[in-house]
Amino acid sequence: MSAGIVSYGAYVPRYRIKVDEIARVWGDDANSLKSGLMVYEKSVPGFDEDTVTIAVEAARYAVKRSGIDTQRIGAVYTGSESHPYAVKPTSTIVAEAVEATPVLTAADYEFACKAGTAAMQSCMGLVQSGMIDLGMAIGADVAQGAPGDALEYTAAAGGVAFVIGNKGSEFIAVIEDTYSFTTDTPDFWRREGMPYPEHGGRFTGEPGYFKHVTHAAKGLMDKMGTRPEDYNYAVFHQPNGKFPSRAASILGFTKEQIQPGLVVPKLGNTYSGSCMMGIAATLDQAKPGDRIFATAFGSGAGGDAFSFTVTDKIEEIRNKAPTVVELLADPIYVDYATYAKHKGKIRLA
Amino acid sequence: MSVPRFWRKQVARYNLIGTHCTNCKTYYYPPRSMCPKCRRDGKTENYKFSGRGEVLTYTVIHTAAEGFEKQTPYVLGIVKLEEGPSLTSQIIADPGTMKIGMKVRPVFRKLGESGEKGMIYYGTKFVPE
Repeated sequence: MSAGIVSYGAYVPRYRIKVDEIARVWGDDANSLKSGLMVYEKSVPGFDEDTVTIAVEAARYAVKRSGIDTQRIGAVYTGSESHPYAVKPTSTIVAEAVEATPVLTAADYEFACKAGTAAMQSCMGLVQSGMIDLGMAIGADVAQGAPGDALEYTAAAGGVAFVIGNKGSEFIAVIEDTYSFTTDTPDFWRREGMPYPEHGGRFTGEPGYFKHVTHAAKGLMDKMGTRPEDYNYAVFHQPNGKFPSRAASILGFTKEQIQPGLVVPKLGNTYSGSCMMGIAATLDQAKPGDRIFATAFGSGAGGDAFSFTVTDKIEEIRNKAPTVVELLADPIYVDYATYAKHKGKIRLA
Repeated sequence: MSVPRFWRKQVARYNLIGTHCTNCKTYYYPPRSMCPKCRRDGKTENYKFSGRGEVLTYTVIHTAAEGFEKQTPYVLGIVKLEEGPSLTSQIIADPGTMKIGMKVRPVFRKLGESGEKGMIYYGTKFVPE
């Protein structure tokens, strides 16, 4: 039995803060940061938005886009590193809010920035085995970065939901295969009860991101017998603009292939939503028959690679919910103080 | 708000589920267990509102209740849903852009929380269409 994407939905809060504004507060060189990171602004959650509300909005757009009967959903898995509860699932709230309850399984996933794609793989297994009819995999975050830390320039808010099914007639994209590469790597972590993550310096680039992304990507292409030129588009986890561009170049993908899915310059890093947002933005403009290659990365560390082929059905449902470009339009810019208030960075009495 | 009190109505709050009396065709939000017009002749069924509506009136809160002090100034409005019933809700908009009669749509947001250790309450608010 095959697995495919039946629908997708994305959500991005309306607020943005520019890199220039963060650099102004910390006395950093904004131009050097912007050219180094290839990030110019990032999304900021509203004071009443968190991973749950973002996951629900993305999930509702996914339901709206395809018009599926949500009682068919047999699993809801939400990947995030900013679940608002340490104990009590985000996924039960999402399931209730899309009226998928009560006959379903639900759980929250955590694997740094690739918890959402881990949820996709779980849903693939469940639909391919016939255990469930449809599964909903979500990656959503209100990403954490300590004040003044390098991460603060990119840590953003957003989420994406994919509905995964096993009936070919419902697919907007066939998931041809997936491949993961995972090792125990101390590149990034957050301890229980700590508000902000720490990163392990030199482990971030080569031993973390590039090793796992390239091994997962090459592993999938070797397994499938495909090459970069077989794909119309490619998406790589985008903690900044530089890393996915370099990963694409190492693997032999062109700038044109990654362009539609490279949403980080105006969005920032939505952590668990990052790679999935790139896939959603690519689906927003892909044509039937197009092939999409995607590799998510999660610190800790692992890479999940996917190969998709877009079907004719994409044209029927694409415009029934907002595209990523539409979600990024019409932002409300905030200053650092408002951003700090929205993110709860100021401990209020 | 106590945990059971919120839980009893959480589905209505999440998904704007109210009731519809098929006898007198009146819609109610929040849900009613019986139709106050038809009494024992009423036949009520659950009804999910689209959430589209317009602002009947609003106020801008500068001196907020406990738990909302740091959100000021914010907009509290009465939204009349397309099907008829009205409800009070926070409207997420710049107070300076508010107008009576403006069209609004629902969004899923945090309504409040019982401190840092307690439950987080989610539900529906409105934003300009």
